[in-house]
Amino acid sequence: MNLLRLLLAAIVTLPFAIEAEVIHQERSIYRNIEVQQTRNQRCLVFAVRRDDRRQTCLNLDEPDRIVFSYVRMAFGGLLLVPNPSSILIVGLGGGTLPTALAKLYPTAQIDAIEIDPSVVKVAEQFFNFKTSERIKVYTQDARVFTKRARQEAKQYDLIILDAFTGDYIPEHLMTQEYLTETRDLLSPAGVVVANTFSASELYSYESETYKSVFGAFFNFKLPGSGNRVILAKPSGLPSKDQLQAAARNLAPTLTTLGVAIEEFPRYLTTRADWDTNSPILTDQFSPANLLKNR
Amino acid sequence: MDAHSSTQSLRQAGWVVLLLAFTSGFIIMSVELLGGRILAPYFGSSIYVWGSIISIFMVALSVGYLIGGRLSVLSPNLGRYGLFFLLAALGLLPIVFFANQAMDAVFAAIDDPRYGSLLASTLLFFIPTAILGMIAPYSVRLMVNNTDHSGQVAGGLYFVSTLGSALGTLLTSFYLVLWFDMNTILLAMITVLLLAGVLAIVLNRGRL
Repeated sequence: MNLLRLLLAAIVTLPFAIEAEVIHQERSIYRNIEVQQTRNQRCLVFAVRRDDRRQTCLNLDEPDRIVFSYVRMAFGGLLLVPNPSSILIVGLGGGTLPTALAKLYPTAQIDAIEIDPSVVKVAEQFFNFKTSERIKVYTQDARVFTKRARQEAKQYDLIILDAFTGDYIPEHLMTQEYLTETRDLLSPAGVVVANTFSASELYSYESETYKSVFGAFFNFKLPGSGNRVILAKPSGLPSKDQLQAAARNLAPTLTTLGVAIEEFPRYLTTRADWDTNSPILTDQFSPANLLKNR
Repeated sequence: MDAHSSTQSLRQAGWVVLLLAFTSGFIIMSVELLGGRILAPYFGSSIYVWGSIISIFMVALSVGYLIGGRLSVLSPNLGRYGLFFLLAALGLLPIVFFANQAMDAVFAAIDDPRYGSLLASTLLFFIPTAILGMIAPYSVRLMVNNTDHSGQVAGGLYFVSTLGSALGTLLTSFYLVLWFDMNTILLAMITVLLLAGVLAIVLNRGRL
């Protein structure tokens, strides 16, 4: 089974690996960054010797189409808050999400947090990301930003947590305390979308931690995608009918991005498929990176 | 007690001093590593947070070396040595009980997380680390009985205490944070320091 998965992964990534040409390379204080390009695809890669992590990709022929399934899945949050006027995105990557959301909601205020100034620069240079009056990037640690924003009583209708490179996890962004601070930034009907880990022992810990802060949430997995996206709404989750109605409304615009939103509602479930006795992660206890490898 | 028997008894205490120097080396690095965890919720875990922590530990240790060396001139004895451990334990207690209050205040007062983390590190770690630093030169004095061997004794002590530091770093980052809450680890280290202090004081009493 594992061998099969490995083989499959190799087949999927091989053509990319063969053709990809490195068009930009830089070493930031956090990581080695590469921009790799094939004929019609440009990707932001956090280079690790044994295992490059593609953070985001841009389809050069159709720049509006979202390449990665986990990014498409993040749009599931719109099923719970169809018309957000303020959006917070934690983790910029190539800026795919803020760019697409700014197009969808031309009046929305969008704040993006990215710790690595080099990532911001690369997003602007190579991935068509532009800051403006209503799209702002804060180059700082998300925990610091969140604490300050809470002091200033900032509120967001939609918060997307995507600070995970796939390799190292900032452990102070996984804890109950951080999620509580994040919840405090939500407007009354606000929604949190989190791209999280779906394998390893961390899955149960993380799920229980989210549950302890947000109550019941939608667990969202798409067949064929290794990601799990959490959709939480402290003011109460919508019914299946409401989800489907929202999906029908969003479908015309989201299809142009390659997001099959009408497929999403049936994959949203509140059923727990993890060990519900798992301990939760706190500022006192957060060995996320150690758990990830178990 | 004449000068000769005093040196004699200090030499017999060699194994205790080595053990306690190992303990203090272990605890210094374990606390330093936990320091990163303690500051992260307020200042992040970026390179400058580590810069703050490491530099404060270095300054505190250097001050501790100076004070410990100075104190070692005045009738060195195991009792006073034990007192250092008790004081270090007391110095660590506020990290367990008041760290969040202290960091709340620093966070409110200072915008820049670089200087915020520098001040927070100073408030939380300077005093206990300086006290732990006093142990190193004092250990040397307790074990040296003639100048010919002073370098060798110092080398042996550095060996033991730095090995303790290495082990403290490794055990804390690989296992302790996986098994325990941070405060549990800190309280355990405080307990060990208290026991170490009592051990030294009791041995000193027995000798008088």
